Amino acid sequence: MKAVTAEPIASLVLEPVAERPGAVRRMARNRSVVFGGVILALVVLMAVLAPVLGTTDPARVEPVLRNRRPGVVTSVRNADGSQTARTHWMGTDSLGRDVYSRVIYGARVSLLVGVSVALISTAIGLVIGIFAGYVRWLDEIVMRVMDGLMSIPAILLAIGLVSLSRAGLRTVIVAIVIPEVPRVVRLVRSVVLSIREEPYVEAAVALGARTPALLARHVLPNTLAPLTVQATFICASAILVEAILSFLGVGIPPETPTWGNIMAEGRALFRVFPHNILFPGLFLAATVLAVNMLGDGLRDQLDPRVSRRL
Amino acid sequence: MLPYIGRRLLATLPVMTVVAVVVFLLLRLTTGDPAAIIAGDNATSQDVAAIRSKLGLDRPIVQQFGIWIGSVLRGDLGESFFFKKQVSELIAERVEPTLALATCTLLLAVTLAVPLGVLAAWRRGTWIDRAVMGLSVLGFSVPVFVIGYVLIYLVAIQLGWLPVQGYQRLADGFAGFIQRLILPSIALAIIYVALIARITRTSVLEVLNADHVRTARAKGLGDLTVLFRHVLRNAAVPIVTVIGLGVALLIGGVVVTESVFSIPGLGRLTVDAVLARDYPTVQAVILLFSVVYVLINLVVDLSYTFLDPRIRY
Repeated sequence: MKAVTAEPIASLVLEPVAERPGAVRRMARNRSVVFGGVILALVVLMAVLAPVLGTTDPARVEPVLRNRRPGVVTSVRNADGSQTARTHWMGTDSLGRDVYSRVIYGARVSLLVGVSVALISTAIGLVIGIFAGYVRWLDEIVMRVMDGLMSIPAILLAIGLVSLSRAGLRTVIVAIVIPEVPRVVRLVRSVVLSIREEPYVEAAVALGARTPALLARHVLPNTLAPLTVQATFICASAILVEAILSFLGVGIPPETPTWGNIMAEGRALFRVFPHNILFPGLFLAATVLAVNMLGDGLRDQLDPRVSRRL
Repeated sequence: MLPYIGRRLLATLPVMTVVAVVVFLLLRLTTGDPAAIIAGDNATSQDVAAIRSKLGLDRPIVQQFGIWIGSVLRGDLGESFFFKKQVSELIAERVEPTLALATCTLLLAVTLAVPLGVLAAWRRGTWIDRAVMGLSVLGFSVPVFVIGYVLIYLVAIQLGWLPVQGYQRLADGFAGFIQRLILPSIALAIIYVALIARITRTSVLEVLNADHVRTARAKGLGDLTVLFRHVLRNAAVPIVTVIGLGVALLIGGVVVTESVFSIPGLGRLTVDAVLARDYPTVQAVILLFSVVYVLINLVVDLSYTFLDPRIRY
C-alpha cells in the first residue's frame, strides 16, 4: 500500500486558491482553440487578400497553357508586347487556368457558405426551437417533423434539394441549411425545456414576468454557449457538403472557383495530373480541420454538455 | 418483447410519414409542371398527359400524396425516362455494389475503431490516447473524396498493388471482388472509425471508473477478462447506438465514394439521376436510403435488450 492518506490533505491545505481566469484567457490557453483559430485566421486572410497574393483571374482560360505541372514557368504576352514570366505554383488545369489562383479564390466560396449556413441555420433553429420548447401543443408536431427530416441523410437531402432548381450559391446554401436546422432545433428545445424547470424561472413566472421577457432574459442567454459550439460544427460540415456538391457536379456552377469544382475538373486526368485534386483537397481538409478543432476547444470551454454532432 | 417490437414499429410510422411527405414535396415544390419534369426533356405531350392523369395532378395535393404513396407501397416507384426502365428494376440492379461496399466498410470500421477506442481509454492521457483522439478529429475533417484520391494515387497508381477503380460482381470471382472493394472501404471507413473510436473511448472510460470494475480487478481477474466481461458489455449500448446513427454518414459517404471509385451502385445512380434530372429515380433513392436508415436504427433500439438485460420493456 502506498501512503494514500496524507497527500490529498496536504494539497488541500497548501494549494493557494487559484484566481479563476477570464473566458478569453481560458480560450487562449486551450490548444485546440489556438491551433484552429490560427489556421482559420490564415485562411480568412488568404480569402480576403486573394487579389494581391500573386493570383491572376481565376476564370481566365488559356488554351496554350493546358495541363502544366506545378512549378512550371510560363510567359504571358502583355498588351504592349512585352513578356511577363509567371510561375504556376500549383500547375494549370485542363483549360489552362492557374490552379493556384483558383485555390486561393476558392477559399472565399467555402468560407462564405460555411459562415452563412451556420448563421442562417442557427437563427432558424433558434426560433423554431424556442417555440417548440415553449408552446406545448406545437412541440409534438414540430419534433416529429424534425425527426423525419433528420432521418434523411443530410448529403442526400441536400443533393435532392439542389437538383430541383438551377444550382447557384443561394440554392446551395438553402440546400445545406435545411438538413442542419433540425439539429439546432433539438438542441435549443432541450435547453428551453431544462431552463423552464429552473427555480429562478419559476420565481420569475410567479412574479408575473411575461413570456417574451422571460425568453429574452433567461432562455436566450442560456442557449448562447451551446449554439456557438453547434454553429462552429455546422460551419465545418457546411464547408464539406458544399465541396461534395461541387465535386459531384450538382453544386455551384463549374466556372466559379470552389475547391470542390477544381477537384471535379481534375478528375478526368487525375492519373497524370494529380495536383488538380491534391492541392484543393489539402486546403479543404486543413480548413475543415481548423474549424472542427476550434469547435472542440470551444465546447470544452463553454459547454461540456453538447456532444459532437453526428 | 413482441409487444415492444410492435410498439417501436408503430413509433417509426410518424417519422416514415414525414420522410415520405418531404420526398413527395421535393418534386411538387419546384416551379413548373411536375408531369413535364417527370416525363423528361424528350417527352411528347401525350406522355405528359398520361403522367398527369396517372399522378392525379388535377386533384388536390392531399389526394395526390395518397395516390403517390399508394403506388410506392405497391412497389411501383415510377419509370425512369433517362434509363428507360422501371425505377424498381434499376434499383435492384444497383443494390449489390452498394451493399458490398457498406458491409465491408462497416466491418472494417468496427474492427478498427472499437480496439482503438478501448486502447485510448485504457491508456488515458498517454500519447496513445492523444494520437487516437487526434486521428479522430482528422478523420472528421478530411473529406472522403480526398482520402479516396490519395489512396488511389499512392496504392493503386504509385505502388500498383490494387486496381484503380471499378467494381466486379461477387459472382465473377471473389478475389477481383474484394480487391476492388479494399480502397473504397478504407476511404469510407475513416470518418466512421473516427466517430466510433471517440464514443468507445468515452463510454469505456465511464465504465472503467465504475465500482464493479474495481471489484473485478480486486478479485484478481486478468485485464482481458475484465475488459470483455465487465467493461465492454457495459459500454456496448452507446457504441451500438452511434454505429446506428453513423449509418447516415455512411450513406452520404457511399454517394461520394462510388463516384470517386466508379462503382455502379445506388450512390452513383443518385448522382447520375440528379445530373440527368431524372426525378422519379432521385425520389426513389432518397426514400429507400431513408427507410433503410430508420429501420437500421430500429434494429439498434431492439438490440438494447440483448446487449443489456437490465433494459426491459
